[in-house]
Amino acid sequence: MNGFTGFVLRRTVGTAVTLLAISVIVYVVFYATPGNVAQITCGPRCSPEQVHQVARQLNLDDPLFLRYWHFLQGLVAGQDYSTGTSVQHCSAPCLGLSYQSDQQVTQLIWAKLPVSLSLVAGAMVLWLLLGVGTGVLSAWRRGRFSERVLTGVTLAGTATPVFVIGLVLMIVVCGELRLLPFPQYVALTDDPEQWAWNLLLPWLSLALIEAAAFARLTRASMLETLAEDHIRTFRAYGVGERSIVGRHALRGAFAPVIALNANNVGSAIGGAVLTETLFGLPGIGQELVHAVNVVDLPVVVGMVLVIGFFVVLANAVADVLYAVADRRVVLT
Amino acid sequence: MSEVLLATGAIGTDTSVPAASGVRQFWRRLRTQRAALVAAGVVALLVLVALAAPLLTALEGQDPTTYHPSLVDSARGGVPIGPLGGISGDHWLGVEPQTGRDLFARLTYGARVSLGVALAATVVQVAIGITLGVAAALGKRWVDQLLSRFTDIIVAMPLMIMSLALLAIVPSSFPRPVLVALVIGLIGWGNIARIVRAQTLTLKELDHVSAARLSGWGTWSIARRELLPGIAAPVITYAALLVPSNITVEAALSFLGVGVKPPTPSWGQMLTAADVWYQAAPQYLLLPAGALFVTVFALTVLGDGVRTALDPRAASRLRVGTGRRRESKAAEGGRA
Repeated sequence: MNGFTGFVLRRTVGTAVTLLAISVIVYVVFYATPGNVAQITCGPRCSPEQVHQVARQLNLDDPLFLRYWHFLQGLVAGQDYSTGTSVQHCSAPCLGLSYQSDQQVTQLIWAKLPVSLSLVAGAMVLWLLLGVGTGVLSAWRRGRFSERVLTGVTLAGTATPVFVIGLVLMIVVCGELRLLPFPQYVALTDDPEQWAWNLLLPWLSLALIEAAAFARLTRASMLETLAEDHIRTFRAYGVGERSIVGRHALRGAFAPVIALNANNVGSAIGGAVLTETLFGLPGIGQELVHAVNVVDLPVVVGMVLVIGFFVVLANAVADVLYAVADRRVVLT
Repeated sequence: MSEVLLATGAIGTDTSVPAASGVRQFWRRLRTQRAALVAAGVVALLVLVALAAPLLTALEGQDPTTYHPSLVDSARGGVPIGPLGGISGDHWLGVEPQTGRDLFARLTYGARVSLGVALAATVVQVAIGITLGVAAALGKRWVDQLLSRFTDIIVAMPLMIMSLALLAIVPSSFPRPVLVALVIGLIGWGNIARIVRAQTLTLKELDHVSAARLSGWGTWSIARRELLPGIAAPVITYAALLVPSNITVEAALSFLGVGVKPPTPSWGQMLTAADVWYQAAPQYLLLPAGALFVTVFALTVLGDGVRTALDPRAASRLRVGTGRRRESKAAEGGRA
């Protein structure tokens, strides 16, 4: 198979294989744990018999590969769980039940997803605008004082942990200046205006950190393009500097920016966990931290898999976009 | 976050610089960069503070874990008594709200945790990365395939999320800082392995390696004596930027309450409750936040400097076209 369709198909198959491998690794790593899950779930005061009972109830006595097989079955076809007296049907894609609340992990994630998506999507718009804008500006003002200031600021941005920026922003804007109330999540469907106002600070904190990398990248790739022959030809024809930088050199930064954006989805989700915890947004990140603290393995494994899925998907989409944006890329 | 810089291609995996130039040339190139020198000074100072933490706190006459309930106002929720968050001759930077633990002691001991964990994690990452990278490059085809795919998966998983999740399942009897270092180290080696593999594949074809192979050297001797010197430059470059990235991850995990836990102090953990107290004891927020910022900033600048010193070509590629004046002058020259 050749051509663009073949390339997309190969990528799709590769992505599916990667996801399956990730699920095996994650499952084995987490369920072959040295800690005693039944003991932790049962609590510190449980007797050995009670611990044993919990282990049986959670099917912890089955061999690991069998449990993984059941997990996969649940993912594809759904599964029935008996929770004491009643039977709960967990429809596909089923990631299991929470040890703590008996709630379905899929539902749990589904309920929290809008918050996290609001956060990351909004922040992404901001960091692309801020980052690429700063990069263009500093490539345009290259060698001047303003460029040195911008370079310094972006370097400082890469060096600041997201929760430090968030803390400072929250204290200054909400605490001291009282420009905004302390953020509280309002669903987009309830009140779009309040949604945006409340997410403004979380967006900013996440975006400021991520934007720095984009600024550096945009500047570097634009400077590289500016040194190329065709730009000199444009100059010789008398094309204005503004148009050269703003249109022709910027085009050279497209493909790398797409690649970096996909690469950064992982780190942005990590940043989102911190942002959610800091601002008290009830998203996936906050739920994950909670699940980690109470050792709720099905939730932890489910969340890790869903996040891994998003990251791998983002990379696959970026590969395709990259090929579209930069015709020089050889499709393999 | 510096891992991002690496992904931007600011450091290519194609750094085919054998850098036989040696250590002296590296120092000469590093010395010419003022920013990197200042950063190196700051880092040296921080390391000194971390090493001398017991000495410094002994000088102050405090330790990081003793509670001083008499120094906080329990009626007002544990606000430090006295001006500026309880700064006094006994407590140079004031005391922690609620517990009254000495802030100066916690800050200096926190430096030990931050730097220690980050360095240990980097050592683990580099060790795994070099081992698997060289093994993939020199091993049979299926070994390479297996290791490379595994590396791809490791790189795909977000470091923050994976370390957060892994910290849930390890037994709590383990010393926490060691655990955090291990977890970060065991997950974050992917890019080093990729760089080492690429570099080794290039080096493998060079004459001196072929000569060694033809003289009947074993794979292990070739790897150790002919390849390791060649992969040193890109590995050092990448590792220099991994350290600040690891500091950030440790701080983030401790901030979330799953990393280093009290009573062991860590900068990230100190910030967990800092927002509640910023009015009564602003230094409780500003000191750990500032310490984190200065440390990560200095290490990032130093890492940039190390890269420039080790790979001047990559650096000059990034500096292409600096100064429109030079360009226009060149253009005029061309016209004349």
